Amino acid sequence: MLTNINPKAISLISGGLDSMLATKVILDQGIHVEGINFFTGFCVEGHTQAIRKKDRQKKKRNNALWVAEQLGIKLHIIDVIDEYKNVLLNPKHGYGQHLNPCLDCKIFMVNKAKSWMEEHAFDFIITGEVIGQRPKSQRKETMPLIAKESGAFEKLLRPLCAKNLPETLPEQAGWVVREKLYDFHGRNRKPQIALAESFGFTGYSQPAGGCCFLTDKTYAKKLADLWQARNKRDYELDDIMLLKAGRHLRPKPHFKVIISREEGENHYLSGYRRDFILMTTLSHPGPVALIDGTPDKGDLELAARLVARYSQGRDAELVTLSVMQPDGTRSQLTVPPLLPMEVSDAWHV
Amino acid sequence: MTREWTLDARRLLCPMPVIKTQDKIKELAAGDKLVVTCTDPGVLHDIPAWCRINGHQVLARETKGREITITIRI
Ligand code: SF4
Repeated sequence: MLTNINPKAISLISGGLDSMLATKVILDQGIHVEGINFFTGFCVEGHTQAIRKKDRQKKKRNNALWVAEQLGIKLHIIDVIDEYKNVLLNPKHGYGQHLNPCLDCKIFMVNKAKSWMEEHAFDFIITGEVIGQRPKSQRKETMPLIAKESGAFEKLLRPLCAKNLPETLPEQAGWVVREKLYDFHGRNRKPQIALAESFGFTGYSQPAGGCCFLTDKTYAKKLADLWQARNKRDYELDDIMLLKAGRHLRPKPHFKVIISREEGENHYLSGYRRDFILMTTLSHPGPVALIDGTPDKGDLELAARLVARYSQGRDAELVTLSVMQPDGTRSQLTVPPLLPMEVSDAWHV
Repeated sequence: MTREWTLDARRLLCPMPVIKTQDKIKELAAGDKLVVTCTDPGVLHDIPAWCRINGHQVLARETKGREITITIRI
């Protein structure tokens, strides 16, 4: 038996119920636990709320912070945007239903937690994984795979399904009592809900689709379109943030028009005027639009007609727009708005 | 002596302002003050929550137009 009298665990906190329960189970065994949460850039946390005006009024919260506060533990939020690119672009185990590389993502996060654990002299890692909970990433076969490929091996404990898995170091060392762990499995969430009730947890979040935008069909389609148009599977944080704002229309393969839908998005898109061509309507109230790509003169005119279509001048004969280049050079275009039938459905990304 | 620091987290969306605040605070000493300027209203909730769980004190929050400033004592 190892003789560490004050073992410490680092717990992967996603903001959902399972990691909250797993952490509580270990806290209740008298272990010091701190939380770790990774920001990949795709996390569902409040971006669109921050952008859209109607959502800005809504009270929003970061679920990982909320969970940590409920549990009374510290939370370390780690920016992994750059490192995550390789996970998303080259997933060894492939994608889930959309562009979600869940298995590689889990391995990556456990590996990051392992490095954090080593740097901070912690002893083991906790996750809220449950065998059979997710069809691809949480299966009986993937549990040892994640432990192995992350390099965490026997230092990875899943308190909610530990009894269905071989003993881990914290159990062998006697830091954690195996009998007080759980044997949850499958997609049925009743055991988790019952356990939450027994702990008196209320108001927790249960996202239906998963913890990130990569599981969202529309979002994944926009991301795939971006890669195809650029002929390169790559992205910057601004790219993936912009995919969450405005309507995206691609009239031609080499350029895309991002048109704001309301005031909050007007402000948000205007913030990118140094990176993209910015169009605004002058003769009529209308949206703010960004042009992404390499449009020529004719393309700019087409983009202007499209933007005019979404302005209050849509029925006017002509609409005047301001066109600002990223270097600040301004010009004007006066164009007839596109007719509804001229806006092809296929343009909508 | 209290030292005062500033952090510009404008245009960043949550949780980036929280991450920047967390990383900046790691470099500061107990008793220092940090003034964070942001534009995502989510910080009004997230930065105080982060401070509460990590034992720092929010001294003031101010909203002027679209800009929000939060003053923290480390
Ligand atoms: S849903 Fe997203 S964040 Fe969650 S495991 Fe899958 S890829 Fe990772």
